[in-house]
Amino acid sequence: MAIEVLMPALSPTMEEGTLSRWLVKEGDEVKSGDVIAEIETDKATMEVEAVDEGRVGKILVEGGTEGVKVNAVIAVLLEEGEDESAVKDVQSSASQKPAPKDEGKGKESKSSETPVERSESRGREQDNNEVPDRAKSASGSSSQKGEGSRLKASPLAKRMAEQEGLDLASLEGSGPNGRIVKRDIEAALKDGAPKAAKADSAPETKAAPAKTEPGKISVASLNLEEGTYEIVPLDGMRKTIARRMTASFRDVPHFPLSIDLELDALLKLRSELNAKAPEGVKVSVNDMLIRACALALTSVPESNASYTDEGLVMHKHADVAVAVAIDGGLITPVIKKAETKGLAKISEEMKDLAARARERKLKPEEFQGGTFSISNLGMMGIKSFASIINEPQGMILSVGAGEKRAVVKNDALAIATVMTITLTCDHRVVDGATGAKFLEALKPLVEDPVTMLL
Amino acid sequence: MASETFDLIVIGGGPGGYVAAIRASQLGLKTAVVEREHLGGICLNWGCIPTKALLRTSDIYHLFQRAEEFGLKADNVRFDIEAIVKRSRKVAGRLSGGVGHLLKKNKVTVIEGEAKLEKGSKAPKVVVKGKDGKNATYEAKHVILATGARARTIPAAGLQPDGKTIWTYKEAMVPDALPASILVIGSGAIGMEFASFYSTLGSKVTVVEMVDRILPAEDEEISQFAKKAFEKQGLKILTKAQVEKLETGKSGAKATIKVDGKSETVEVEKVILAIGITGNVENLGLEALGVKIERGHVVTDGYGATGVSGLYAIGDVTGAPWLAHKASHEGVICVEKIAGKDVHPMDKSNIPGCTYCHPQIASVGLTEAKAKEAGHEVRVGRFPFVGNGKAIALGEDQGLIKTVFDKKTGELLGAHMIGAEVTELIQGYVVARQLETTEAELMHTVFAHPTLSEMMHESVLDAYGRALHY
Ligand SMILES: Cc1cc2nc3c(=O)[nH]c(=O)nc-3n(C[C@H](O)[C@H](O)[C@H](O)COP(=O)(O)OP(=O)(O)OC[C@H]3O[C@@H](n4cnc5c(N)ncnc54)[C@H](O)[C@@H]3O)c2cc1C
Repeated sequence: MAIEVLMPALSPTMEEGTLSRWLVKEGDEVKSGDVIAEIETDKATMEVEAVDEGRVGKILVEGGTEGVKVNAVIAVLLEEGEDESAVKDVQSSASQKPAPKDEGKGKESKSSETPVERSESRGREQDNNEVPDRAKSASGSSSQKGEGSRLKASPLAKRMAEQEGLDLASLEGSGPNGRIVKRDIEAALKDGAPKAAKADSAPETKAAPAKTEPGKISVASLNLEEGTYEIVPLDGMRKTIARRMTASFRDVPHFPLSIDLELDALLKLRSELNAKAPEGVKVSVNDMLIRACALALTSVPESNASYTDEGLVMHKHADVAVAVAIDGGLITPVIKKAETKGLAKISEEMKDLAARARERKLKPEEFQGGTFSISNLGMMGIKSFASIINEPQGMILSVGAGEKRAVVKNDALAIATVMTITLTCDHRVVDGATGAKFLEALKPLVEDPVTMLL
Repeated sequence: MASETFDLIVIGGGPGGYVAAIRASQLGLKTAVVEREHLGGICLNWGCIPTKALLRTSDIYHLFQRAEEFGLKADNVRFDIEAIVKRSRKVAGRLSGGVGHLLKKNKVTVIEGEAKLEKGSKAPKVVVKGKDGKNATYEAKHVILATGARARTIPAAGLQPDGKTIWTYKEAMVPDALPASILVIGSGAIGMEFASFYSTLGSKVTVVEMVDRILPAEDEEISQFAKKAFEKQGLKILTKAQVEKLETGKSGAKATIKVDGKSETVEVEKVILAIGITGNVENLGLEALGVKIERGHVVTDGYGATGVSGLYAIGDVTGAPWLAHKASHEGVICVEKIAGKDVHPMDKSNIPGCTYCHPQIASVGLTEAKAKEAGHEVRVGRFPFVGNGKAIALGEDQGLIKTVFDKKTGELLGAHMIGAEVTELIQGYVVARQLETTEAELMHTVFAHPTLSEMMHESVLDAYGRALHY
């Protein structure tokens, strides 16, 4: 029997992705482990490896296709001795069986049903509840997505969405616990909500913008003169940034706390360390800040937390996410358990993560999670700024430029290298005093940096 | 004068007001209720509850008269109207006292007296004239008006109670003798309940209704079914009829009624006015505050806000439907909104309406005609009581359960019932509507056998041509 190659899920939350390009063509022989295609999600590019041996019988989804649903059949491999007719079997079985569960594999490619996994744009409560389910769907071979089993929607809402071709996953439910009810469908229809990916045209469909995306803003609404602009299509990353930042800025009650840190001691220690470090190791100010933050988070554990409606999630480790600007956006690779790692280790990991981030080659688990974020615009001369909370993290630290400033020491003017840092806190979990306590713990670690080596 | 500050003051201790107060207290608001008469409002004292007590008596009396049908012998069954009324008042009193305990348990302060509003800063001030005639002023961050409503009268046509011959529901609830004949003006729920009660006990009852059918809020089929059932019981029903003149004399009243263009006179011992309800909006200082009042009711948004800072209104004083459960639910929504909860305005199409006459009537959602008017293509299911085992065993084989579905979406648009115990059955459909089930979930629901509720299942099946027992 011919083997179906399915669109893989690169992360538990992935619903669809772009099949960027094929590295094989029809007729090519492949072995298990061969890289056959590249897939791009909102965050990363990943390679698809063949899991079986065979000959590429048919490529069903062209390279460069956007919005390919997870588990859709993207190609067919022929086993030894099989000919093209086997491809047809697979194709027809893929399109004919609209059944759920195990038979559903083929359905995805033809399905007019809506993807039911919810992205981060939905309420936090849902996210928590759905984590196990999502993980299941990502790893499981059967696709139950079309069944709407994990989507909180009333039967009537589901049916109306189906009839109107509405993408339920793009709607916010206003019922109890975020349940999507009739009035949400009616509201969506009224303001022209996104249509669900329709059969056959699925890969073509403009990705359905979630409510929080700027999808509702049309170019026409800008009232621009024809010919005075160009349009850059939204890629996955841009959509994710738009959606997540809008949701965070709107839904998270955030407030900033700023302090100044004197850097001279830290800079001095850094050059001493680097002078004695083995080949290839070069610790940056940022690496030292990561370590200092991790230690501060550990010593003020109540600041290392996330809000959920079910309770505050107190993290046991400081997984520090670091914003890395890359072409077309940014991504936040995570130094896991940073409190357990020395400067050399942090530096080495960070270098590797940043390099692969720029190539969009990070694995999902490398940029997801994180209990705290650092965003550093100091090297670009920014004096101070306040970042937007990276949900569901409770705090994000914005780091400004270290510069020589006049300071008062022992009642006399003096010169010191000073940097302003700003901590943005999610007030639902981190109150002002908690944020201040974190900064209070951070300050001596930075200003008397030998302490962070302990 | 004495001044105490609250988070919330509710004016009126009816089902709207006292429920709002309890909810507010649950949410941690320091709350007071001002009541000028009895806790429990119309509902417990002069409405829902005492009428149900009366109707219980007439139902039992009706069964006594059918004793032989059930193999029983009961000779010389009589009634004592004084005892009937006494029981009804006792039931009302017990529940009204219960409300007092509930409020106390929930730490709600009860202020006795008549409230009036005065301009305040964040919310109007509440001035209460106590039983001793003295005024006390109270301040609160929020004030909810739940002053209820009363019977509408039309003095120009003589449609005005005199307490002796021409009654409103209040007098009709406490008769000292059974009138030989009664004219009930208005065939809404209140009118039909009294008509049914008195007719069952033996009064000769005539019902006058202006439009072309009784219980005009119900589905047409139900109205027709009800009319036939009542006429069989001996009620005289005049539709498209209007009382032009009402004169009272020593032995009763003489009504001139125009039916289909022709005038008729009817002489009766008593008249019951049931021509509608008007809000208690007077003498509250509302005009001075600039509260918007339309057709005798306070205008509010979906959360009870009146537009005047800190002032809200709920229940009968805000208009139709004049139902206790609507008042209570509005109270809960209003308070939760005040407390910053994530709530939605009530979906009025999901408020069930029940009439406890014999046969009972219950409904929720759109009538078939209203559904079509609203542009729905419909599927209609019907199931008669004669097809139900339990109904036959009960000796209640007259009735109908009708369901209206949207043909396209399968939404249960409305359900309409007449027959024994339908006021208890309707809630099944209300839950279904609230959860937004379609016909599919209803069809897959297992209904216990033998119950009247099986007819609810069958009616749904019938809408899709799949009824099993008829
Ligand atoms: C005969 C009859 C039968 C009914 N049967 C049913 C039924 O079966 N089911 C049903 O759902 N509904 C029924 N109703 C309707 C139901 O009684 C009302 O919908 C319900 O009582 C409304 O509640 P409320 O809190 O808005 O007002 P009310 O119950 O009218 O309460 C208002 C309260 O405010 C007090 N008040 C008014 N003004 C002031 C003031 N200035 N200061 C202090 N206190 C004040 C009044 O004394 C009263 O206690 C019936 C009504 C009648 C008349």
